[in-house]
Amino acid sequence: MFRRLSLLLAVVVVLAGCAPGEARGGELTVFAAASLTGTFTELGAAFEAEHPGVRVRFSFGSSATLAQQIAQGAPVDVFASASPATMKAATDAKAVTFARNRLRIAVPVANPAGVDELADLADPRVKVALCAEQVPCGAAAVKALEAAGVKVTPVTLERDVKATLTKVELGEVDAALVYRTDVAAAAGRVTGIDFPEAAQAVNDYPIAALTAGPAAEFVELVRSERGRDVLTRAGFEVP
Amino acid sequence: MSSANTPEPQKRPGAPPKRGGVPPGRSGVVAGRLPWVLVVPAVLGLGFLVLPLAGLLIRAPWATLPSRLAEPQVLEALRLSLVTATVATAVCLVLGVPLAWLLARVSFPGRRVVRALVTVPLVLPPVVGGVALLLVLGRRGVAGQWLESAFGVSLPFTTAGVVVAEAFVAMPFLVISVEGALRGADQRFEEAAATLGASRWTVFRRVTLPLVMPGVVAGAVLCWARALGEFGATITFAGNFPGRTQTMPLAVYLALETEPEAAIVLSLVLLAVSVIILASLRDRWVSA
Amino acid sequence: MTLHARLVVRRPAFALDVTLEVAAGEVVALLGPNGAGKTTALRALAGLTGLSGGHVTLDGLPLHELPAERRPIGMVFQDYLLFPHLSALDNVAFGPRCQGRSKTAARRVAAELLERVGLAAQASVRPAGLSGGQAQRVALARALAVRPRLLLLDEPLAALDAHTRLEVRSQLRRHLAGFDGATVLVTHDPLDAMVLADRLVVIEDGAVVQEGSPADVARRPRTAYVARLVGLNLYQGLAEGHRVKVGELLLTAAERVDGPAFVAFSPGALALYRSRPDGSPRNLWQATIDGIERHGDNVRVHLEGPIAAFADVTPAAVADLDLSPGRLVWAGVKAAETHAYPA
Repeated sequence: MFRRLSLLLAVVVVLAGCAPGEARGGELTVFAAASLTGTFTELGAAFEAEHPGVRVRFSFGSSATLAQQIAQGAPVDVFASASPATMKAATDAKAVTFARNRLRIAVPVANPAGVDELADLADPRVKVALCAEQVPCGAAAVKALEAAGVKVTPVTLERDVKATLTKVELGEVDAALVYRTDVAAAAGRVTGIDFPEAAQAVNDYPIAALTAGPAAEFVELVRSERGRDVLTRAGFEVP
Repeated sequence: MSSANTPEPQKRPGAPPKRGGVPPGRSGVVAGRLPWVLVVPAVLGLGFLVLPLAGLLIRAPWATLPSRLAEPQVLEALRLSLVTATVATAVCLVLGVPLAWLLARVSFPGRRVVRALVTVPLVLPPVVGGVALLLVLGRRGVAGQWLESAFGVSLPFTTAGVVVAEAFVAMPFLVISVEGALRGADQRFEEAAATLGASRWTVFRRVTLPLVMPGVVAGAVLCWARALGEFGATITFAGNFPGRTQTMPLAVYLALETEPEAAIVLSLVLLAVSVIILASLRDRWVSA
Repeated sequence: MTLHARLVVRRPAFALDVTLEVAAGEVVALLGPNGAGKTTALRALAGLTGLSGGHVTLDGLPLHELPAERRPIGMVFQDYLLFPHLSALDNVAFGPRCQGRSKTAARRVAAELLERVGLAAQASVRPAGLSGGQAQRVALARALAVRPRLLLLDEPLAALDAHTRLEVRSQLRRHLAGFDGATVLVTHDPLDAMVLADRLVVIEDGAVVQEGSPADVARRPRTAYVARLVGLNLYQGLAEGHRVKVGELLLTAAERVDGPAFVAFSPGALALYRSRPDGSPRNLWQATIDGIERHGDNVRVHLEGPIAAFADVTPAAVADLDLSPGRLVWAGVKAAETHAYPA
């Protein structure tokens, strides 16, 4: 385990081009799932305004990748992940769920295949894109489809939710299962359709402070009224 | 009034001058010490290229290797990779060699610009290349719409789409290599062929192409290797579906998300197969 | 005459304008110093270099309107340019194949030609395995295989060493004699030109400066370059009967000429004396020795004086006369060996 992770770390650090710094006087390092990029950037600015002298540095990426970096000893103060599993892989610190995301059907604005419920995705004439099972949105999609008893043969299993959504935006597929937050971010370019079985595959977003000091304050900010407001506007559900 | 005069009649050219022998004492100096300014960076460079491979080998989960290799998904991805890379190389040869010829032998306005354009896929991030392909050949793309309405052909999410993406990214390697070979080839052979009555096509087929064959082979090998490792354009344009569009690099990428060990195994398989194929090809061409 | 050509090629800092007439079966050598334009002229005949003006007509056919591959020509290049990836046989068969013959027929033609140039045994050898002389013969066979009406040879012997050259030169002469079309060959070697050609055309600075049979050109050079090639002392002067005034010196020649004239005599005809000889030859002057060098079995003495000249003397004469640079000597040449002709 250790050996393969150290290798991965080397690869990932080079790829990401951002080696987390050593000790951080006045600096708060936050690792967060890519889907939190918009909301956390906004909250980070607010935090800096409230805490003069503290700079918040973000590293956004795939939750799995970030978890591996943390397990490997990357200096980080706060970790916000897109799934409890990746949180557990990263740290034993106490984590709380601060947001939930659920799937939606995304269709092109023109909705050429006339999709309006999950069962329509089973039609072989409808081209469907799903996330690959290895990434959280893919796992969620499988769970939701199973719960609905709908059998879908996708034309592609995309590497992440953004790539999946892009296929819809470009009109290459007629429908895809993506997160509500992604549909909200692409408002005007895609249309979102809710389906009841999404409730079976809700994604919990846990957050944990890994160090003492301002880390806990940042977690508080995320869970505060203000944080909830920002998250809700982005399409998250908050507990 | 001029006086015209006669030094000796010209010396006959042709007889090569005898080469002076190297004095025995100096020959050792000439052949002996390697210049460290070259050797040190050379060794560092080699290490830089080879160490990551060594890393993969050291960390490979050898115990589980056989069972992982036997997984049908792995074999499927490997087969797909080999087939698409080979077909993409064939496509690049058919289109790229004539393009290289055009760039090397025909002067037309804007040739420099065209030459620069050929290298675009090298500079473009492959993912962007994939998006660009979608915009042209996708369902709503200019050419894609026409292909679908005229022939019922849709390239995205198909194996043919993988070939298109790989060929797009790999073709510059072939074109640049072949163009270099063409520029280096002695064009007087082509003139000689013309005086023997050969049309330009015959000259190309029977003289030019055989003369630049080493360059074509080198280019095809580079092209094939690049196509085999292609990831970004492929996953963007052709998507990812096992057996149809999931090539080895895509399988490696997704495995990396959850099962790093599997990713290492897949990478090693890809490496081993490509090294074996390239080495055997090389032997063949060197001995030929 | 089967070939009529006026070749005009203009380039920055270079202009070629020559007229050529070559009869069927005739071999014409274009002779000239490097950069004179002889290879350009040959390439223009072949269609490899475009004409800026003029024309090329072969048996009434306007060749200048045809691209190289449609001209009924055969060309032997200076370094032969045998296709390295083809055997000798396939090199020779290349032309017939391009003319539409079947592979078998083309190879039959090629085999016959290789046989004729004595290389039947080398048919399957690639150019890299051929000696220089063999490659030259393959190149000739390849050019002849297209049954050209016009054969063009660019420095056909220049790439050979002295020994091979002697042998190949006489073979080439034989093969050219057996060729019934027109032949134009380019060379800077006077010996090649003399042996191989029926007629010489001397080109300097893009223009024809002298034309004639080898014997005529050798005897009566008209430029310093030609005189040097054929090894004669050449002067330009004003003639009145047998007398030609060259600078301050009055020479008596064997021929009667009036007006501007050339005077030539060979270095071997020039005799040197320590003191003024009695019963002397008709042309005599005092000269200073400028330099002495070996020249074959003889010694060549460079003379300064009213006219600059070379004298070829035996090593014994050098010793007898105690010749050394700076020494003053008398130089004399018989009138019978002094040739004058109109300039």
